[in-house]
Amino acid sequence: MTENIVELQAISKSYATRRGLFGRRVPVRAVDEVSLSLAKGQTLALVGESGSGKSTTGRVALGLERADTGCVLFRGTELPAADTRAWRRMRAQMQMIYQDPLAALDRRLTVLDQVREPLDIHEIGSASERNDKALAMLGAVGLNASHAGSLPSELSGGQRQRAVLARALIMRPELLICDEPVSALDVSIQAQVVNLLMDLQKEMHLSILFISHDLKVVRQISQRMAVMYLGRIVECGDTKDLLANPAHPYTKALVSAVPVAGGRTRERIILTGEPPNPAARPTGCAFHPRCPVARPQCASVSPAVTTLSNGRSVACHAVEIAPTFMGAEA
Amino acid sequence: MTMAEKIDDTSTAKRKQVRSSRVPLSVAAGILWIVVIVFLALLADQIAPYQYTALDLPRRLAAPFTPGHLLGTDELGRDVLSRLIYSVRISLVVALCATMISACFGTAMGFAAAHFRGRIEQLILMLADFQAAMPFLILSLSVLAFFGNALPLFIALMGLYGWERYTRIARSLAITASAQGYAGAVRQLGASPSRVYLRHILPNISSTLIVSMTLTFPEIILMESSLSFLGLGVQPPMTSLGNMVGYGREYMTSAPWIMFAPALLIVITTLSISLLGDRLRDRLDKGLQ
Repeated sequence: MTENIVELQAISKSYATRRGLFGRRVPVRAVDEVSLSLAKGQTLALVGESGSGKSTTGRVALGLERADTGCVLFRGTELPAADTRAWRRMRAQMQMIYQDPLAALDRRLTVLDQVREPLDIHEIGSASERNDKALAMLGAVGLNASHAGSLPSELSGGQRQRAVLARALIMRPELLICDEPVSALDVSIQAQVVNLLMDLQKEMHLSILFISHDLKVVRQISQRMAVMYLGRIVECGDTKDLLANPAHPYTKALVSAVPVAGGRTRERIILTGEPPNPAARPTGCAFHPRCPVARPQCASVSPAVTTLSNGRSVACHAVEIAPTFMGAEA
Repeated sequence: MTMAEKIDDTSTAKRKQVRSSRVPLSVAAGILWIVVIVFLALLADQIAPYQYTALDLPRRLAAPFTPGHLLGTDELGRDVLSRLIYSVRISLVVALCATMISACFGTAMGFAAAHFRGRIEQLILMLADFQAAMPFLILSLSVLAFFGNALPLFIALMGLYGWERYTRIARSLAITASAQGYAGAVRQLGASPSRVYLRHILPNISSTLIVSMTLTFPEIILMESSLSFLGLGVQPPMTSLGNMVGYGREYMTSAPWIMFAPALLIVITTLSISLLGDRLRDRLDKGLQ
């Protein structure tokens, strides 16, 4: 196993929300004791439905927000606090791609200006070198000189996302966090951007934390994946293996919901009950009200994460007792 | 629909657009008036026929169109036209400086609130609420009554007028931009706060702020006029539009021109600036879409 570029050690993050005008402040646990690690040059996908805390996990991993408890190690050292000088200097090594590229770009500056901006901020090279570098980076993501001079509003969605990608990669970061980078794009453009991302990853030895809810994209891009439900990792393992043999009942339901070309071959698991609400978290295992295999124990005791022999980790009482997939014996 | 019809259709649409983007007559007149006023203020020394303190005692309270005094004279025989021209200069200087102070201070407070959040934000918003709730005229009356009224103090006081609007605008737009937009992205690139606020947020929200300035500007002219009218603003022998109206009111029945000339000027100028601001808002908002 190669060294880990980033490691989250039991991070928790909660936000306070007020219910009603005079209501009490209720803490909402967005992320609860999440531990993850991403190996150098690899892609770790983080999947889950909206509100499961995957974006918050990404922001904590990037140091944009500080975890309440737990710590984030980047290449073995803890991240400095946000908005300090040391933190700003680290931005060159870790970058982020956003869901909405138009919102992430300044509408009044040309694409070239914005791609050059990281070089300006970190004061690298002379003015003409910066321009050349920015143009070269734009070329690498498939944008030409005429795109460079245009405003974000004059580009298509895919081109904007390429511009955001160029801006993130111009400092040659080691870690790239993609927060649903393709979910706002057309399916055909999605494939282009994903392919571009994979090519660039190979070229630049990037490590990617890929946050998504699209299992098709995840299957294509990632080596490992983690499934989140209400702020916790319920299952984590090798992407292909996990998608082929999901162990956790929630992962099973997720995987069964992906349409398969050429007719349905699997039985579809339809979850009943309320979609998860982080403000009213069920006791015990958070998934038990919707779980098809829930047992009495699940309502009271939160399942611990157990690591199975093939590197898969699962947090489920049902799995601990009876491993339901073949990989467990191997 | 045939191709020719379609082309015809789009061309009419285009023509309509051209027509709508042409400047309406009222706005054009307003802009022209503002240009004239600025011109008057800048070249007051050259244009004014007399000094604003020059007395012509034999011809006191002369009616308009008296030879030598186009708009007549006041109770001391001072030329109303000359005084008007100098008044425009003083009033514009006060209003311009005050608007600038108000805009800069308000925007800085808004950015501070957006940047620090928490207690500092609460404090700034509390001050803004206080400013909005307090009748400004009474506040300035008391300050001027206690501290006397030198022109710099008067301008500084007027500069407090309306700062809370810029604060609210700047704060809310900066928070939106930082939460998930371009400013958050730039911060994440490692930019210092000053770069984020000055190079990215400020240019993006400047159109809104400029429109707000065109609203504050005439209000400050009116506020200055009211205070001068009450005798607490610009002090004689210096003259301003409100000051002229204030001292002219004693002769309203016998020599109404002393008061009407500056009053009319106030009305037309503030109206022109409001029209311009309205137009700017339409244009700049369109540009952002």
